[in-house]
Amino acid sequence: MKHSWWKFVSVVLLIYTIVGGLLFEVPRLNIVNETIRALYFHVPMWFGMVVMFLVSTIHAAKYLRKPNSVTDIQSVEFANTGLAFGLLGIFTGVIWANYTWGSPWHGDPKQNGAAVSILVYLAYFILRSSLENEEQRARLSAVYNIFAFAAMIPLIFIIPRMTSSMHPGSGGNPGFNMYDLDSSMRMVFYPAVIGWILLGVWIATLRIRTRLIEEKLFELEDEKNV
Amino acid sequence: MNLKMKKMYKTTLMLLLAMLPISLFAQPEVEMADTLRSDGKIYVVVAIMLVIFLGLIGYLFLMDRKVTRLEKKMTEKDIK
Repeated sequence: MKHSWWKFVSVVLLIYTIVGGLLFEVPRLNIVNETIRALYFHVPMWFGMVVMFLVSTIHAAKYLRKPNSVTDIQSVEFANTGLAFGLLGIFTGVIWANYTWGSPWHGDPKQNGAAVSILVYLAYFILRSSLENEEQRARLSAVYNIFAFAAMIPLIFIIPRMTSSMHPGSGGNPGFNMYDLDSSMRMVFYPAVIGWILLGVWIATLRIRTRLIEEKLFELEDEKNV
Repeated sequence: MNLKMKKMYKTTLMLLLAMLPISLFAQPEVEMADTLRSDGKIYVVVAIMLVIFLGLIGYLFLMDRKVTRLEKKMTEKDIK
């Protein structure tokens, strides 16, 4: 518990996000109306996903430098949590798009790019489950993991900025210019991002710890069978 | 006498009945804990979201504790 202070930070930040995100003043804009508050909940999902995938990729690179089953588990479980965040981002985006853009799937470049990168990561799990040999699985999936992260960057961050996208910050602009009028939104948005990322790390570490216990039990049974 | 009483009874009843709508109209002025019902009831949504969020966090916390306990058990049994 002593090393878990950041978990409490996450909870406190997210409570603040829910209360502040729903009650604080926001810019009054046409069409988006109160749904501008969805920014506090929808966008942090993507920040969370990118950070989880980044940590996953770092562990994948670590594995390739020095093969170790623990690094492999860390890599997979962070990718797993990242995928959960990405799916939540897609679903919340679908709801938001339906009421502000007029249809759930608008074919927006960022929407498509996000969907493709989620598919790329789904293929990562399919690749893993299709390989029997543990070392081969860990090595091949680590290589693929790095590729998947490299593919995600243009899909989410570059292509939507080069074309016209309905998402704010597209068409060459760095993000959030639209909200610059109201810097009070940042007061909720940044804590939200940090809170969700910390929550993601919490979930991922829990998954890793469970997997490590499982691993030890498997090893124990193997020893008994020998 | 009897007739007079009846008449009085009737007038009081009518007066009371006439006052009924007044009491109905007066109701909103009665002080109640209306905070949760103001501003389009947004506070209700806040409360619901907080309940769901805290419930999930509690669940996550319990899982964390369970894993910690398992880890302790493993080290106690000296499984490396």
